[in-house]
Amino acid sequence: MSDGWVPSERARERAAFRRAQHRRALAVAAVATAVVLAAVVAVVTTAPGWERAREAFFSPQRAWEVLPEVAEGLWLNLRVWVVASVVGLVIGLALAVLRTSRIPALFPARMLTVLYVDVFRGVPVLLVLLLVGFGLPALRLEWLPTSAAFLGGLAILLTYTAYLAEIFRSGIESVHPSQVAAARSLGLTRGQAVRKVVLPQAVRNVTAPVASMLVSLQKDSGLISILGAVDAIRAAQIATTGDYNFTPYVVAGVLFLLISIPLTRLVDAWSARQGWRGSLRGVSGAGVVR
Amino acid sequence: MIARPTPDGPAPLLRLRDVRKTFPTGPGRRAGRRTVLDGIDLDVDEHRCVVLVGSSGSGKSTLLRVVDLLEDVDDGQVLLDGVDVADPWVDADAVRARLAMVFQSYNLFPHLSVLDNVTLAPRLVHRRPRSDAEDAGRQMLARVGLADKAASYPDQLSGGEQQRAAIARALVGGPELLLLDEVTSALDPELVGEVLDLLLDLRAEGTTMLVATHEMDFARQVADEVVFLHDGRVHERGTPAEVLDAPQRERTREFLRRLR
Ligand SMILES: Nc1ncnc2c1ncn2[C@@H]1O[C@H](COP(=O)(O)OP(=O)(O)OP(=O)(O)O)[C@@H](O)[C@H]1O
Ligand SMILES: [Mg+2]
Repeated sequence: MSDGWVPSERARERAAFRRAQHRRALAVAAVATAVVLAAVVAVVTTAPGWERAREAFFSPQRAWEVLPEVAEGLWLNLRVWVVASVVGLVIGLALAVLRTSRIPALFPARMLTVLYVDVFRGVPVLLVLLLVGFGLPALRLEWLPTSAAFLGGLAILLTYTAYLAEIFRSGIESVHPSQVAAARSLGLTRGQAVRKVVLPQAVRNVTAPVASMLVSLQKDSGLISILGAVDAIRAAQIATTGDYNFTPYVVAGVLFLLISIPLTRLVDAWSARQGWRGSLRGVSGAGVVR
Repeated sequence: MIARPTPDGPAPLLRLRDVRKTFPTGPGRRAGRRTVLDGIDLDVDEHRCVVLVGSSGSGKSTLLRVVDLLEDVDDGQVLLDGVDVADPWVDADAVRARLAMVFQSYNLFPHLSVLDNVTLAPRLVHRRPRSDAEDAGRQMLARVGLADKAASYPDQLSGGEQQRAAIARALVGGPELLLLDEVTSALDPELVGEVLDLLLDLRAEGTTMLVATHEMDFARQVADEVVFLHDGRVHERGTPAEVLDAPQRERTREFLRRLR
C-alpha cells in the first residue's frame, strides 16, 4: 500500500479486461430479461380470455375502492404476526435449551417438549387451526378469549413454535463441542457456557432459517381468516361477494408481497453482516473466488 | 492421605497415579474400547515444566484433557495439591478455574472479540468488574504482542495470532497450572522464540506447566523433565539431555530419528 504506486501496464490491461467482461455481462443480462418479459407479455395478452381476466382480476378502479378495507385487514395480520413471532422466538428458544439440557429434574419437561414438537410438526396447520378454533371454545373456559383472531393466532403460534424449537435445537447442536470444552476449561459452569458461548453462536448459525420461518409466518397469518377473523384475505373475500370481481384478492396478494419481499431482503442483508462471524473460517479461505 | 510438600525440594502440585483412559472404538454399545492411557504415573512439581512428547495419537492431548477434567478417567488418581480431583464429588468447575489450558486447535470463541475472549473468565468465573478485567486483558494481550488486535474477531487473525490470543486467554487468570497443547505449531521461528521467552518468564514467576509438543528444540529449552509416551505408557523420562540426546530405549531412539 505504498503511496507512490503506479499501476503497471499489466495491471491496467487486467483492469480493462475485467471492465469489458463486466459490460458484456450486463448487456447479456439485459437482453435475456427483455426477451423473457416480452415472451410472458405476448403469451398472456394474446390468450383468448385475457380481456375478461384483466377486468376480473386487475381492475384499477376496483382495486382503489377496496384498498382501505384490505389494508385494514392486513393491519390485523401484522399484529398477529408480530405477537406470534416474538412469543414463538422466546418459547422456541426456551424449548430448544430445555431439550438439550441435562438437568435430571427437567426430564418430564424434556419428554413433553419432544412430544409437543413431534405432534405439531406432524399435523397440518389447517387442522391445528380448526381444532383450536372450534375445539378450545367448546371447553368453555371463562378466562380464554374466544375471538377468531386470538384463536387463529394461537393455532399458528403453536405450529410455528414447534418448528422454531427444532431450528434452534439444530443451531445448538451445530456448535462444536470443543467450544464447550474451552469454556468449561476456563472454569465456566455448564449454564454459563450455554448462555455465553453456545447460545450466541447457535442463534447466529440459524438466523437464515429462523428468518425464513418468520417470513412464512407472516404469510400464514392469513390462515386466521378461516376462523372468520377479518384480516386482509377475509376482507378481500367479503369485497368479492356480489360482483365476482376478484381484484381484491390481487390487492391482498400485492400487499402481502410488499411486506414479505422487503422483509426477506432486510433479513438477508442483516444475516450477511452478522453471519460471517458465526464460524471460524481460515483467513485464506474467505476471499472472493474468480 | 498424600504427603504435603516436603521441606527440601519442590512440592508436587500435580501427581498422576496409574491413570487409565479408554475410548470406544466406534458408535453403539457393542463397540470395543481402545486403551489410550494405560497406567500413567507422572509428577509435576511446583514452578516446574514437564514436557510430553510422543508420536501422533500417543495420548498427549488426552492426558492434558484428563488433568483439566474435560475427560473422566477409567481408573487411577489425578492428585492436585494432594486432592484426588478425579473423584466425581469434587467441584470440577472450581478445579478448572485454577488450571488453564491452551488447546491444540485454539478453540477461541468466534462470536467474541479478542479482548472479550480474554476477559470472559475473569468476569464470569472470578467475578472481576469489567474495567478491571479489561485492564488485565489488555496487559496480557500486550504481553503476547496482540495489543492492537483487542477489538478484532478471531477469524480476522492469522493462525499464529489466534494461538497467541489463546495463550493470553489462558494466562489472564493467573493459573496455578498451565496446560499447553502444541502451542508453537502455528508459529514461525521468530514467534516460537517469543513464546518460549514468555513461558520461561512465566516459569520464573512461579507458574507450573505441563506441555505437549512435537518440537524437540522447544522441549529442550523449556523442559525440566521430558516424558516420552508410547503405547499408553510412560516409556522413558528424564532431563531433556537424558531423553532427547541420550535415549536409553530403542523405541525412543526410533521416534527421535524419524523426527530428523
Ligand atoms: N473423543 C474420542 N473418542 C475416541 N477416540 C479418541 C477421542 N479422543 C482421542 N481419541 C483417540 O485417542 C488417541 C490419542 O489421541 P490424542 O489426541 O490424545 O493424541 P495426541 O498424542 O495428542 O496426538 P497429536 O500429536 O496428533 O496431537 C487417538 O488414537 C485418538 O484417536
Ligand atoms: Mg494432540
